[in-house]
Amino acid sequence: MFGLSLSFLPFVDGSDGSRNDAPVVLSHDQVEEIGRELDALRDRTVADLGAEDREYIYKIIKAQRGFEVAGRGLMYLGFFPPAWIAGVGALGVSKILDNMEIGHNVMHGQYDWMREPGLNSRVFEWDTVCPADQWKHSHNYMHHTYTNILGRDRDIGYGILRIDEAQKWNPYYLGNPVYAFFLMMLFEWGVMMHDLEAENVIQGKRKWHDVKPLLKGWWRKAGRQVLKDYVIFPALTGPLFVPTLLGNVTANLIRNVWAYSIIFCGHFPTGVQSFTEDETAEETRGEWYVRQMLGSANIEGSPLFHIMSGNLSHQIEHHLFPDLPAHRYPEMAPVVKALCEKHGLPYNTGGFFKQIGSVWAKIFTFALPPGLVSSDTPPGVIVERQKSAA
Amino acid sequence: MSVAHTSRPAEERRFSLLSLFEAMATPHQLDRYLELVTPMVTVRDLRAEVVEVRRSTADTVTLTLRPTRQWRGFRAGQFVQVGVVIDGVRHTRCYSPANAQASTDGLVELTVKAHPEGLVSQYLHAHASPGLVLDLSQAAGEFTLPSPRPRRLLLVSGGSGITPVLSMLRTLVDEQHFGSITFLHYAYTENDVAYLDELRALAAANANVSLVLAYTDQETGGHLHGFFGQEHLDAVAPWYADAETFLCGPPGLMRGVREVYRELGIEDRLHTEEFAPAAAPAEGEAGGAVSFTASGVTADNSGKTLLEQAEAAGLHPEYGCRMGICFSCTTVKKSGCTKNVRTGDTDTDPDKAIQLCVSVPVGDVALDI
Repeated sequence: MFGLSLSFLPFVDGSDGSRNDAPVVLSHDQVEEIGRELDALRDRTVADLGAEDREYIYKIIKAQRGFEVAGRGLMYLGFFPPAWIAGVGALGVSKILDNMEIGHNVMHGQYDWMREPGLNSRVFEWDTVCPADQWKHSHNYMHHTYTNILGRDRDIGYGILRIDEAQKWNPYYLGNPVYAFFLMMLFEWGVMMHDLEAENVIQGKRKWHDVKPLLKGWWRKAGRQVLKDYVIFPALTGPLFVPTLLGNVTANLIRNVWAYSIIFCGHFPTGVQSFTEDETAEETRGEWYVRQMLGSANIEGSPLFHIMSGNLSHQIEHHLFPDLPAHRYPEMAPVVKALCEKHGLPYNTGGFFKQIGSVWAKIFTFALPPGLVSSDTPPGVIVERQKSAA
Repeated sequence: MSVAHTSRPAEERRFSLLSLFEAMATPHQLDRYLELVTPMVTVRDLRAEVVEVRRSTADTVTLTLRPTRQWRGFRAGQFVQVGVVIDGVRHTRCYSPANAQASTDGLVELTVKAHPEGLVSQYLHAHASPGLVLDLSQAAGEFTLPSPRPRRLLLVSGGSGITPVLSMLRTLVDEQHFGSITFLHYAYTENDVAYLDELRALAAANANVSLVLAYTDQETGGHLHGFFGQEHLDAVAPWYADAETFLCGPPGLMRGVREVYRELGIEDRLHTEEFAPAAAPAEGEAGGAVSFTASGVTADNSGKTLLEQAEAAGLHPEYGCRMGICFSCTTVKKSGCTKNVRTGDTDTDPDKAIQLCVSVPVGDVALDI
């Protein structure tokens, strides 16, 4: 996989824009034009935000609360298997909506412009064990600033997996698929522990002093979540304690598997580029935009699919405009796609099974030492960078 | 925002049941569920429903509000923050209740003047109708009547500054206060006096209340004409040095009264409430850069207030009164020196909560937004 590279590489000439034969080369002027066009798209969307966006998010919240109440209620009929299954489904849907189309997006500040205290990114909490403030640090700041920069973006492999060719192989990674499976099943706990940077704690790079407040946050947040799902609601159903407990565990599991799958489809399918710190030092706004486009991937699907994925199926648009209401991404996507086509850039998209299939293929492939697997890295995009003298 | 609870067993039971419901709703608040069903049934949040709307002058609207049970009442002269959604955005403004503080019906009466550029006041003037639910804050502010009540009172107001002072007058009448009260109100013309009929009725019904209407744009009618000066004071309240004066109005009136009281050396008898936004500092003083650390945005210091600079940088910090009263825009200043434009005080402490709307940066400033 090629990163952003300086234009002294040998294949600068003769590029025909085809992704399969040679890398695409973007001139400095092209990059800046892309930046201007995306800024203009952003401005148009911001100017149009208003009552409709408010109605949309409240409609989603109403639906989520409806599923939640229905799910909790159906657990009282948990002795009747179809009711139990329906309850688990409703609760799973509720948690997915809460985490993805509501929580993730609200905590990005997408609805801060509404000045609604209940939907403010500074105070919003979501229905998962990870405290909002820790997630905002590891996700909004670390991941969105250093998207797909090896060594900086801690979402690459989550500190556990080898998901990129450029991560050096060692025998630990033979367990890659197993780690990925457990990360998927326990995703909310993985997200919670993400900001801990466990490997840095083990290696002594992080001090107890830095870690202690995180643990306090876990105790406060995860403690309440566990109490609610695994003690209070089961106890409230009296003799149905065990079926309700199992129902709540299953609903959390459904949410974990779904969230993991959607999120892994955002940056790890075939064709997504990663970058090095040197390549991305002192980026211009245009270069930042291009990195976000090349480092993200979309999933095609129905409007309902987009809602259930928190519109992270429009990961490319999300990474370009993380603080704009996500339900606007579908209408922005054709503009972004056309811009990519105009400049011969890849616009990485595909159906859910294609994207998740390629992610799992990577997880298995990169478990093995590089000598054992053939590398069929597609050509990347080369961005000409001019260090401006001014 | 804590809910008051006593040690009575019934209250304790209710409270523990409430904690159970709150644990069930975690991490969201119960009100985030209830508001989707009916906004006036709340556990913690204070809201108010508009129950009556009157449009008394061409550009004022009087709203009668019925707050939810969390309302703890107000003292005459205090203000509340009212939030209303306009085109998807919740806007908050400060208004002073105009009714008597001890009113037993628990209602709150607000009179709003529709300023030509006032988004919220224009909206309320045009669209407020019974049934509209507003956000409401508990009352705040130090502009209140002392206890025991002064023997002689001079209440001075101008334009829409009438509301806190009228509340004081109505409260004193309600309490059957025997001391003499002079109510001096400034307006452009007679048509601009909100509450004209009420004022006349109050003065007629209470021998100790005298009403003085001063018109600045009308040379006949009323009792006085032109702007405030010591001759007005001598004419209506020659006993001023022996009284407590409560003043609320536009900046010109505030300045005029303050100057006269300062010259007379009786400033400590004057109690005021600002209702106009703080003036921006003079251009040319600006320097350095303002960095918004949580957003990763940095901008050159334009010399405007930090709230305006944050907005110019595309951020949306919460704000309320935009004049240093309500503390909605309070934000942690990580580092740098800021100057409070109302007091002139400078502040160099790091990690200090400051009010964005009345603070300007002096050199480099970092804010946690």
